[in-house]
Amino acid sequence: MSSAAVVIIAIPTLAAALAAATLRNLMHATLSFAVALVGVAALFFLLGAEFVGLVLVFVYIGAVAVLIVFTILLTRRDVGKNRGANWGGAFLAVAVFGGLTWAIFKTQSVAVVAPYVRAITVKRIGEALMTSYVWPLQCVGLLLTAALIGALVLVMEEKR
Amino acid sequence: MTPTLQLFLFVSVALFSAGLLAALSRRHAIFILIGIEMMLAAANLNFIAFWRFSPQSQAVTGVLIAIFSIAIAAAEAAVGLALVIAVYRHYRTTNVDRLDQLKG
Amino acid sequence: MSKSADQVFVTAKQWLLSWLTGAPVWAVQIASSLLNIFALLAVFLTLFALMSVLERKILGRIQNRYGPNRVGPFGLLQPVADGIKMLIKEDVVPARADKLVHFLAPILIAAAAILALGIIPYGRNMTAFTIDGGILFFFAVGSTTELAVFMAGWGSNNKFSMLGAMRAIAQMISYELPLIITVLPVVMVVGSLKPDRIVAAQAGYTFGLVPRWFAFTPWGATAFLLFFVSGLVESNRTPFDVPEGESEIVAGHMTEYSGFKYATFFMAEYLGMFAITGLAATLFLGGWHSPMQALQFVPSYVWFFAKLSTLLFVYIWLRGTLPRTRVDQIMNFAWKFILPMSFSCVIAAAVWHYAGRGLRGWLWSLFVIVFVYAALSILLDTRRKFAPRVYRFAE
Repeated sequence: MSSAAVVIIAIPTLAAALAAATLRNLMHATLSFAVALVGVAALFFLLGAEFVGLVLVFVYIGAVAVLIVFTILLTRRDVGKNRGANWGGAFLAVAVFGGLTWAIFKTQSVAVVAPYVRAITVKRIGEALMTSYVWPLQCVGLLLTAALIGALVLVMEEKR
Repeated sequence: MTPTLQLFLFVSVALFSAGLLAALSRRHAIFILIGIEMMLAAANLNFIAFWRFSPQSQAVTGVLIAIFSIAIAAAEAAVGLALVIAVYRHYRTTNVDRLDQLKG
Repeated sequence: MSKSADQVFVTAKQWLLSWLTGAPVWAVQIASSLLNIFALLAVFLTLFALMSVLERKILGRIQNRYGPNRVGPFGLLQPVADGIKMLIKEDVVPARADKLVHFLAPILIAAAAILALGIIPYGRNMTAFTIDGGILFFFAVGSTTELAVFMAGWGSNNKFSMLGAMRAIAQMISYELPLIITVLPVVMVVGSLKPDRIVAAQAGYTFGLVPRWFAFTPWGATAFLLFFVSGLVESNRTPFDVPEGESEIVAGHMTEYSGFKYATFFMAEYLGMFAITGLAATLFLGGWHSPMQALQFVPSYVWFFAKLSTLLFVYIWLRGTLPRTRVDQIMNFAWKFILPMSFSCVIAAAVWHYAGRGLRGWLWSLFVIVFVYAALSILLDTRRKFAPRVYRFAE
């Protein structure tokens, strides 16, 4: 892991994230959002969390981006009508960015170098999920089922 | 040169701010959802970075919390987009500024 | 002797890399990756060219005609002629198309297919990209195909493209679920997401005769069939080619593509097919293991490509034999039949594992599969499928 690799990945990621936030065209914004998330997944790979990176690509590109794109198509007649931005929000975002950046570079205790570790294997993650984290796992399963049913009920055509 | 935690935290903050920008400054509901998803991804990056740079990085806690938060973000996206479609059916708009009525 | 033939490519790569001794580690790593990528592309692009002409030959044979036989001996140079034709064609981009998205879609779709090929073990010590979560990588990369197909459909600004892309995404999402769930039993039994480990787990022979491939257990055979059908749908091949049904919507999401971009789509479709059949061979047919103990002297990669070509031949055979299914039939088949059956495979694999992986487990898992199959065929009342068709028109 070298700083150069991190910077090389971070620059397109952040550019895509900024594009996703500012582009006029909703479809282009969604595609840049997908690019930004691939960049985040690449950063996860660099940090030695390969499994999380793969899950991120799988869930976000395979499911969330496609869902967003379908929603855009279903609400298509409205695209382009609501132009304009809320400048107060933009100012707040810049302020948050400035404040947090100042805080990070002011804090000396976070300027640490990563200790050497062996990469975490999928097997260990699976064992942890099935033993000490089995309750959270079941709760997430329940949550996903509830979200599935809830989303279906929300978009179901009302019978007239 | 090996990177420090600061670099990852900075990337995460920049991503978070981009998400905040999308969520606060845009008026289209889908942009707001995209912004929220980006902020969640930034939070995940923070979790993973802190896990990797912590002295006990043999523990799987950081990885697991990221996985759980990705699952929850997926659920949130599904319900959020369903809400956008339902609202659009009702009001014929996805502009959140124009959704100012409580009566149906 | 057989050992050196088996490892000839691995030794060749090490010999090439030995030129770089003394270079920094990252340079050797990059050179090694480039060699892998080069070998992968060379092999599979050749296979693509070969497959495109053989497919037309076999289809011709099935349909009682000659197929291509003008260019070169037996028409074998046909792909070269096709390639030249595609290259010199005009590249038409619709005036109202989204230029950037239209341009990026074929690149993305081909990149995804090539990346997916990387994790498959082609022979002993012959995996281009070894990663702990290889199977997950395959599906994560494969899922980007959906977005690429959508980009093609939306970027073209054409209603046929959009319709084709919607159909393609609908059927890809529906069949991605069974595709992943049929992999689960194998992953459960092996206890690893690494393709090399999965192949290693299928080594050996029962009674020195029958290979220990997962396709020879009841759950494995069922999962293999389901995986094969789902893979057929994922690669948009003929019985399930509604997304690009020529008679209905021109060419689906590829309608507005011409010249080399169209060729890229075509190539991506075939590479995707190689990837999915390669994964099927790895997961269920023992990867590069030989089918008989006596034939182990044949190099491992020969066996892998023999299995791959057999599966590809079945793809072509099905294309020549079956008519196109309707969209609603495809969806019903996915959600009502394939999905419950693939869940039953997971249960049957668990039963097989906990009954000791012997004859008893074999029979019990067979019982689970047959029970679910019978229950499904009663519940779905399959006879009704052959009743006279009722036409319902749009209101």
